[in-house]
Amino acid sequence: MLSRTAANLFWMGRHLERAETAARLLDVGARITLLPNTEEGYRNEWESLLRASGAQDAFAEHYGDRINQENIESWLFFDKQNHSSVASCFEKAREGGRIVRTALTNQVWDALNTAFQELRQLVARPRGDIDTAQLTDFTTRHGATVRGAINASQLRNDGWHFINLGYSLERADATSRLLDVKYFVLLPRVEFVGSGLDNYQWQVILRALSAHRAFHWAYGGEVTANKVADFLILNGESPRSLLTSLYEAVWNLDGLTRRYGETVPATASLRARQTLEELMARDIDAIFDEGLHEFLSWFINEIGVIADAVQDDYFSGRM
Amino acid sequence: MSYNEMIESGEVRAPYAMLSDWVASMPAEMRQMKQAEAEALFRRIGITFAVYGEGGDPDRLIPFDMIPRVFQQSEWRKMERGIKQRARALNAFLRDVYGRAEIIRAGRIPARLVFQNEAYEKAVVGFVPPRGVYSHIVGIDIVRTGRDEFFVLEDNCRTPSGVSYMLENREIMMRMFPGLFRNNRIEPVDQYPELLRRTLASVAPAKCEGTPTIVILTPGHYNSAYYEHSFLANLMGVELVEGSDLFVDGGFVYMRTTQGPKRVDVIYRRIDDPYLDPLCFRKDSMLGVPGLMDVYRSGGVSIASAPGAGVADDKAIYTYVPEMIRFYLGEEPLLQNVQTWTLWKDDDYKYVMENLKDLVVKEVHGSGGYGMLIGPKATREEIARFAELIKANPGNYIAQPTLALSTSPTFVDEGIAPRHVDLRPFCLCGDRVELVPGGLTRVALREGSLVVNSSQGGGVKDTWVLTE
Repeated sequence: MLSRTAANLFWMGRHLERAETAARLLDVGARITLLPNTEEGYRNEWESLLRASGAQDAFAEHYGDRINQENIESWLFFDKQNHSSVASCFEKAREGGRIVRTALTNQVWDALNTAFQELRQLVARPRGDIDTAQLTDFTTRHGATVRGAINASQLRNDGWHFINLGYSLERADATSRLLDVKYFVLLPRVEFVGSGLDNYQWQVILRALSAHRAFHWAYGGEVTANKVADFLILNGESPRSLLTSLYEAVWNLDGLTRRYGETVPATASLRARQTLEELMARDIDAIFDEGLHEFLSWFINEIGVIADAVQDDYFSGRM
Repeated sequence: MSYNEMIESGEVRAPYAMLSDWVASMPAEMRQMKQAEAEALFRRIGITFAVYGEGGDPDRLIPFDMIPRVFQQSEWRKMERGIKQRARALNAFLRDVYGRAEIIRAGRIPARLVFQNEAYEKAVVGFVPPRGVYSHIVGIDIVRTGRDEFFVLEDNCRTPSGVSYMLENREIMMRMFPGLFRNNRIEPVDQYPELLRRTLASVAPAKCEGTPTIVILTPGHYNSAYYEHSFLANLMGVELVEGSDLFVDGGFVYMRTTQGPKRVDVIYRRIDDPYLDPLCFRKDSMLGVPGLMDVYRSGGVSIASAPGAGVADDKAIYTYVPEMIRFYLGEEPLLQNVQTWTLWKDDDYKYVMENLKDLVVKEVHGSGGYGMLIGPKATREEIARFAELIKANPGNYIAQPTLALSTSPTFVDEGIAPRHVDLRPFCLCGDRVELVPGGLTRVALREGSLVVNSSQGGGVKDTWVLTE
């Protein structure tokens, strides 16, 4: 497979996952505004969501300090100047797909192209006619359709591994960034315990990862910081946990290593496996002892190193 | 009065008999529904065509007319022989002008037209590509003016486009109207990609070991024909590469893959000569591969069409193709040229300038329907303006009579009406010369218009060749 094709497939996966991340942040943000709280309260929440999307500075450049629902909605969904907005991501995923049409099945192309055409219609509608729920529904629906088409119709070949590698690394990155932005609410702090505030903050995190229902199925009983952190970091059933995301990345890298044999360097695969082992060697108490923020910084850095190694191993063409 | 391919002396001609009933029995609502369905299919598949410099929708559709254009087997056989003959002669000409240039020594073609032609590549003089083939895909544009009158309008020896429409038009027709195909015996065209792959494999360089690795080289996804490039790559099962995916090392061309460098044997390029290799041609080209021409000339890679093939297809050389057929093949041309006046000859110049209002004048190197004058359709001012252009540089123009292009029935707002059509079949030249029974029919959708170019409001039709 051409290095450029592989890179496009990888980035297609990343952009599709990133679009869903943006939509989830939008959803959770909109929800916060429905809660009785002070003006200042929303502001902090919105700010932390912007930080989680990695676009706080870029937002400030375009909107100054006008942090409100309308601007955030524009920014996270419509704004092409935000490289992580839903519109940007869908457009890039579709453009990437167009470039590698030969590596995609008709169903996948059809799903990508339909998402893009409908996005154009949505963008053309007066903003006042569209509510936030429609935007998030749009994103999850089309994200799921593309994902389903990939699973149902793509050959299980190297291209498939590259797409899924993109999805899983992006997801690991998104979850760890969100946790890092909110890590302080997970720290046991005497003044919050039993105040209701902590509980609500945890709900925000769970909801931002579409995990608020799954969590209760998995754990039951009292919501505690330890359980929330465990669910999002170390639980192998949670679809967006760091462990699950990294495990999937390793699985796809292994697939490539098996397929390509020993002539192709496998630094990414080795590094990912090593990171996975280090992650599995921890339990949640150890992570809290080590410091949640320090742990997350380490993990985010590891994901970056793995992504760079993927680039060197497979996309550079090694001449 | 132009020839109507469906109706002759008030009667429906045999090849159109079934279609005529089908068209007549289709209610208007059904027609609109089907038309919308066809458009939705084209858009969903992503078959769009970008027209440069117009702004507007970058993903524009070429209008598709649902009434096929039909040829009888006997009509097709005649055309087929003529097309293959022409493709052979054009390739023989190319081999000759990059070799001993016998045709020029024999005084049959003026040396100036060849050696001072912009498309003549001095860089490949003396090099003979595998099997002596320069133009592997020859697109020959044919117009019809009467029952047995077929003329060649122009030859395309470089990288003729449009074959994806031939294939997709057929796919869409089969999907929407399967009944038509059951009730008519229509020759298939879907073997084209496989024939193309075989043709390209047959011209692999001598240094190629084992099964040749073929790639399509595209200028990239902003190119208006990108869809066609990816479509063909997909159907042939070969990689679609950009210049930056390839590099030259130790006398061979490699592509960058996830498993390291992989050698490439045959490049079907969809970029023009000047952009192929910045070390040999245009230094500012970002589309090509540095060092490619050295590998080519040392037999490390084949390029289709061969660099320099364009010298055979400009409008000045065109007038000499019948001469080539006689000279190289010792045969009489089966397909005639349109009568052509070359403005660098004094007599022709005089005649053309006196009769501009009746003639079509074209630039020698122009294409796509740009830079031409259609006398009968032009205003007096337009004619006067064009006359000035010609005076400034007569050698840059040729003139032809306004042809009464045949018409084929076409859906229009008011129902069905005859519209002018032409035909581009795609002839493949490798170890064999082959042609699939069909081609791209282009139709001028505006009433009375003779311009079929998609960049100027032309549409396309499925093209049928009936079996006996």
